Amino acid sequence: MSAVLEVRDLKKSFGGISAVGGVSFEVHAGEILGIIGPNGSGKSTLFNCILGQLQPSSGEVRIDGKPITGMRPCDLNRLGVSRTFQLLQVFPQLSVRENLILAGQEHQGSMWSRLLGRRDAGLTTTANRMIEFFRLASVADERAGRLSYGQQKLLDAAMAFMAGPRLVLLDEPAGGVNPTMLADLRERLRTINDREGATFVVIEHNMEFVMSLCTRILVLAEGRLIAQGTPEAVRRDPKVIEAYFGN
Amino acid sequence: MTRARRLSGAIAALAVCAALVAAPFGLKPYGIYLLSLWAVMTIAAMGLNLTLGYAGQISLAQAAFVGIGAYTAAILTTQGWPFALAFVLSAALCFAIGWLLGYPALRVQHHYLAFVTLAFTTLVFLVLRNEEWLTGGIYGISGIPRPDVLGWSTGAPRDYYLFCLGMLGLVTLATGWLVRSPWGRAFMALRENPIRAASLGVDTRRYTLIAFALGAALGGIAGALYAPLVQFIDPTPFALGLSLNLLLMVLVGGSGFFFGPFLGALVSVLLPEWLRFTEGLYLLIYAAFVMALMAFCPSGLLGIAERLFRPAAKTDDAPATPAGKAAR
Amino acid sequence: MTDLVQLLVAGLATGAIYALVAVGFTLLWQTSQTINFAQGEFVMLPAFFVLAAMKFGGASFPVALLLGLVASLLILGVLFKKLLVDPMIRHGVLPLVISTIALALFLKEGVKEFYAADAQPFPALWATTNISIAGAVIALQNLIIIGVAIAAIAALQWFLAATRTGRSMQATAQNPLLARILGIRVERMILYTFLINAGLVALASVLISPIYLAKFSNGETLGLVAFIAAIVGGFNQVRGAIVGGLLLGVLDNLVAAYVSTQYRGAIPLFLLIAVILFRPQGLLGRIEERSV
Repeated sequence: MSAVLEVRDLKKSFGGISAVGGVSFEVHAGEILGIIGPNGSGKSTLFNCILGQLQPSSGEVRIDGKPITGMRPCDLNRLGVSRTFQLLQVFPQLSVRENLILAGQEHQGSMWSRLLGRRDAGLTTTANRMIEFFRLASVADERAGRLSYGQQKLLDAAMAFMAGPRLVLLDEPAGGVNPTMLADLRERLRTINDREGATFVVIEHNMEFVMSLCTRILVLAEGRLIAQGTPEAVRRDPKVIEAYFGN
Repeated sequence: MTRARRLSGAIAALAVCAALVAAPFGLKPYGIYLLSLWAVMTIAAMGLNLTLGYAGQISLAQAAFVGIGAYTAAILTTQGWPFALAFVLSAALCFAIGWLLGYPALRVQHHYLAFVTLAFTTLVFLVLRNEEWLTGGIYGISGIPRPDVLGWSTGAPRDYYLFCLGMLGLVTLATGWLVRSPWGRAFMALRENPIRAASLGVDTRRYTLIAFALGAALGGIAGALYAPLVQFIDPTPFALGLSLNLLLMVLVGGSGFFFGPFLGALVSVLLPEWLRFTEGLYLLIYAAFVMALMAFCPSGLLGIAERLFRPAAKTDDAPATPAGKAAR
Repeated sequence: MTDLVQLLVAGLATGAIYALVAVGFTLLWQTSQTINFAQGEFVMLPAFFVLAAMKFGGASFPVALLLGLVASLLILGVLFKKLLVDPMIRHGVLPLVISTIALALFLKEGVKEFYAADAQPFPALWATTNISIAGAVIALQNLIIIGVAIAAIAALQWFLAATRTGRSMQATAQNPLLARILGIRVERMILYTFLINAGLVALASVLISPIYLAKFSNGETLGLVAFIAAIVGGFNQVRGAIVGGLLLGVLDNLVAAYVSTQYRGAIPLFLLIAVILFRPQGLLGRIEERSV
């Protein structure tokens, strides 16, 4: 059984600077993989290369055994890979529900059905389910721009799940979220993982969040993989401690 | 929207439609001409509003499409082709050319796109002016006939106005449907945040091309209606000035508001007439008005209306304005 | 061959004027993200300030020139920035573009209404004599125009590179936030670019009006050429605008002489489209680099 996500020897340089210097790893179905590392270790670049926002300089990415290196983000999304961004990116002028419908509408039917078919592309029920699950019912008809930061983060995550994806990549989902919301978010993610078997990869700085959520952790430093394993193992790994704190 | 709101909205719409139909009665031919011109310009502006207001693609090419539509209809109908066929061909031709014009939009954005579309408009104008064998050059095409619609002759000013109004109504319904469909949502996503849109599966390439093509097709339709209205065309009206004027109409009315083009065209077509008493100053006043509007409310007249009447607007009337985004 | 030389010189002269206008346009964009769709009208207007000073103020030509310059600096520099650009810039680029389009209309109609609709002769600063260089007969005015434009641009380049203010302006163009942190008075630097632009367009106006006469509609073609020159040369830097302007001037003259005149105007447009699509940074520009 091939891994959901396979990254082989991925490299990315910008001019003379190597941001990612040959990273390889696998993610298996149902896992929650965390990627941590000090600032500048190449985590976001790695994501962007996997997801098509950037073209890798070399190396290969496979989803379910199929090579997808350099595929356009929208095509990748329709293969069942979705993501959230570090900088919050919901659509402020659309309502919460509209945001969710948008997130799901391109995954079904055709261009013609989207023009001539139902206005909501048949997604109102699914959207409402998401709204219930992420506890956004009170603001469902508000413009997304009016929500609090934490609520927007939840919406952002909800949008990533609208298409029922195989694999979700979350880029610093905990950034700027207060502890209560954070516990909420972690709990929601765990539940989706349990219920739907969705596979996650999470980049995070918030150690507590990552350690309590993820089943396996990768540590990046200066564009290279320096450790992998369970949260406890990684926490104690001397190479990791050195990367963060020096010696 | 509550039931009462919906009802009063429907009544208001019916009242406006009735007023529009009744308007020509009692007006002199010139007044009827202005109303017809308003209807035609609104269609062109709606096309631009689709491309720019909803999909966020800046286009200064709309005048070229109105010109291509007008000349296609004029050339064909003066050769004896039926209007319906000429009309459809105008729209189809502009759709195709608009689609092609979308390709540059995939490579460049914002001000670069504005300049490419500007160059396109000027090039089309040059072709219209120089290719005398096809377009009559500076001598233009005269004697453009007005169509018979299902046996009803539209030769008289009032009849042609009602025909234009009818077409405007159809275009409004079609565009309204489009904007409320998932395509409309995808356009708005494209405008607000193309990267995020792509990461959600929105095929930004295809939607950009569609936005250009549809906007162009509407321009072509406007042109095909304009030619029989004035019954003589030459290249002069279809130059960059018209593109700029249409752009002004869209922004004055409110870019991305569905009814923005209606208001913008109204201001642009009728203001010079109302200000006729100021003799040559009306363009000065119009220009000053536009500058003031942009300074105080760049989301246009409907933006002002929204601020006044719905300060905590719900999403049903979500304006879609590219204003406020500094394009760096 | 002598014809060619004549054409080249004439082309360089027109091109030099285009260059002045394109440089100002580029400067405005670089420092304040202003795309001035009224730049053509900005070139049309100063000549009318001068004419008005002579006609209504009874001033002599040299005095009128000075008055015209001052009026340009005040109106096209200070007022333009304070009344139009400053209130608008926070709304984004598009409203500002629309406003400059409206401004162009305003200036055009203003001149047409309040001065004259027909072309006005404009006195030249030089005698219309021809001189002979190596067998080619060249109009003296062309050489003078080239000389004056070179001097102006050289002075500008020196100012930007060698003076503290000039270097501060470059810093503002490259990174306004950092410039502010370093204590540079960013607002003032931006005002200086507007003043420089006003000066450049005034100079261009005075150079071009004797040849083409002063007319309210001059702005249309001039504006378009300015945009094309700036972009073709490279929107990133002043050097690009200079090269773009000269190139367009020469190209225009050569095409008019050797190719059909009907599509004369199309060549710059094709060039523009080609550059934007295949080399958007322009002939001289570098990608993602901004400098004054």
